[in-house]
Amino acid sequence: MSFEPTLLARVNKPDSHRLVGYRGDGGYATFETALRDKKPVEVVNQVKDSGLRGRGGAGFPCGLKWTFLPKDHPGPIYLCINADESEPCTYNNRILMEKDPHQVLEGIMLACYAIKCERAYFYIRYEYGTAYRVLQAAIDECYANGLLGKNIQGTGFNLDVYLHRGAGAYICGEETGLIESLEGKRAWPRIKPPFPAIEGAFRKPTIVNNVETLCCVTQIMRRGNDWFKSMGVPPDPKNPRDAGSYGPKLYTIAGHVNEPKCVELPMGVSMRELVEKHGGGVWKGRKAKAVNPGGISMGFVDVNAKIKDSNLTEYDIPLDFNGPGRVGCLGLGTAAVTVVDDQTSMIDVLHNVCQFFAHESCGQCTPCREGTGWMLKITDRMRKGQGRREDLDILIDVADRMGIIPGTTICGLSDGAGWPVKTLIRKFRSEFEEAIKSGRRSVVKSLPLVGIH
Amino acid sequence: MAFLSDDIRERIQAYIPRYPSKQAVTLPALHIVHDELRCVPNEAIREIADLLDLAPAEVHDTMSFYQFFREPEHTLGQTRLWVCRTLACALRGADDLLEHCSKKLGVPVGGTTSDGKITLEFAECIGACEGAPAVLVNDEHVMNVTHERADALIGELKSR
Repeated sequence: MSFEPTLLARVNKPDSHRLVGYRGDGGYATFETALRDKKPVEVVNQVKDSGLRGRGGAGFPCGLKWTFLPKDHPGPIYLCINADESEPCTYNNRILMEKDPHQVLEGIMLACYAIKCERAYFYIRYEYGTAYRVLQAAIDECYANGLLGKNIQGTGFNLDVYLHRGAGAYICGEETGLIESLEGKRAWPRIKPPFPAIEGAFRKPTIVNNVETLCCVTQIMRRGNDWFKSMGVPPDPKNPRDAGSYGPKLYTIAGHVNEPKCVELPMGVSMRELVEKHGGGVWKGRKAKAVNPGGISMGFVDVNAKIKDSNLTEYDIPLDFNGPGRVGCLGLGTAAVTVVDDQTSMIDVLHNVCQFFAHESCGQCTPCREGTGWMLKITDRMRKGQGRREDLDILIDVADRMGIIPGTTICGLSDGAGWPVKTLIRKFRSEFEEAIKSGRRSVVKSLPLVGIH
Repeated sequence: MAFLSDDIRERIQAYIPRYPSKQAVTLPALHIVHDELRCVPNEAIREIADLLDLAPAEVHDTMSFYQFFREPEHTLGQTRLWVCRTLACALRGADDLLEHCSKKLGVPVGGTTSDGKITLEFAECIGACEGAPAVLVNDEHVMNVTHERADALIGELKSR
């Protein structure tokens, strides 16, 4: 049976971004019904019972997050939409915003109704200029048609949605970094607790949700929890803390594949199937060597490494919330899958990853600021054929000691900076050792690229 | 005599009712000024601070964090051309593309052509990985940029 996409059902239609097209497909009927017939708490409960987990990277149960808001708070309560999609190789939010902005907006309206929020701030990264303009037009259409503004459809419910543009900083995707940036300050993540649900934007209770999560809210309220739970992977009975991996998921495929694209599939597709079938296989008739399961901060898998006590390799892991963790990765992350072919030097991959995090560390915590910088310096010299035997252990040591898991930083950026370094060196150690021993130079461009923006 | 034009001041002030604090208008204000002037001079920082009841240092603090906003000595050209260099693009030739653009334009990365038309920069992941290697022209994606497409794009931007 072939799978019918839901979140992406409308993206190829003409007029997919306009209100008339969305209305024609039954759009906003769910919001209007909820507004008329449902209490906010019923919406919260339904989303909670659906098992929806956040799609932005951490996978925290969405409805549960909503329940952390203080009871009977006099307000204001804010919703921040996290559209600072900056995790490398991730672009599913962009497609949703550019091609189906009203699906996102309906999710926002439902969420705001549920959490009793009258003002939503849509934080969108600067690089998504097209999405910004499409969304602004969609919001204007909603105001003109009585879907946003004061006393919506005579129900007494008020809602304003404001777009707020970022300025090219990865750290703004961290929810408290986003809030600081929204408030007009440098985007330094806050120490938690208090979590945003207690004290967030402008010191008021705040929920931060990802764009794809909000699209799932739209579809859950429209199609019901049975539909949502008919897809994906139920909780592991042996793990009482597992919340399961239900629903459809947008996977983005990038790197050395024939057809890089975004596909919607039930949660839990295997990495091999995703790459070989949906991504058209590895390009140029080559074979895959390493794959990154969910944005580079999740680490890498070695496609040829056998999984203990089975005939499978790491390539066969399911891409649900638990799969990548079983082979040493940090988690599912954003489900952005990047393929590295067998002709690529892992030193180049490692260097590229270190370059990214050294550039994007916000500089607030010393282990991250210094650690990412030194990891880049070390990999840079390895690339120049000047690697030392002790370098690999130093890199692992640095990577192990920075992050919220070892407890040395305020946010998870540095866990994400360390994870690819650790996993690459542990899984491809012989290649690194051989390169260091031979003193081989890797590709090095001589362009000076430091601190331009 | 104010440094910022009445139009810019009005556009900044129009943002104030959107937020419970005036400081939240800092980023929108910086974007308005930066888009128009292609840099943010000190006089602009002072006037933004005045409009938002802040100290100039607070505005400068936020501005300098993002490394996105340029100071007058590095004023942007008419078009900002960013070449993505992060993994998905790097695996499909981003480094070569950046070097190619740098040679074609005759400027180092970060520099602006002498006619003031194009500023070349690298970017970290711009979220256009299905079309790698990709570039941003100001804030719009151009995907699958071969060297030939880059030449054509540069030609078009030069004639704008």
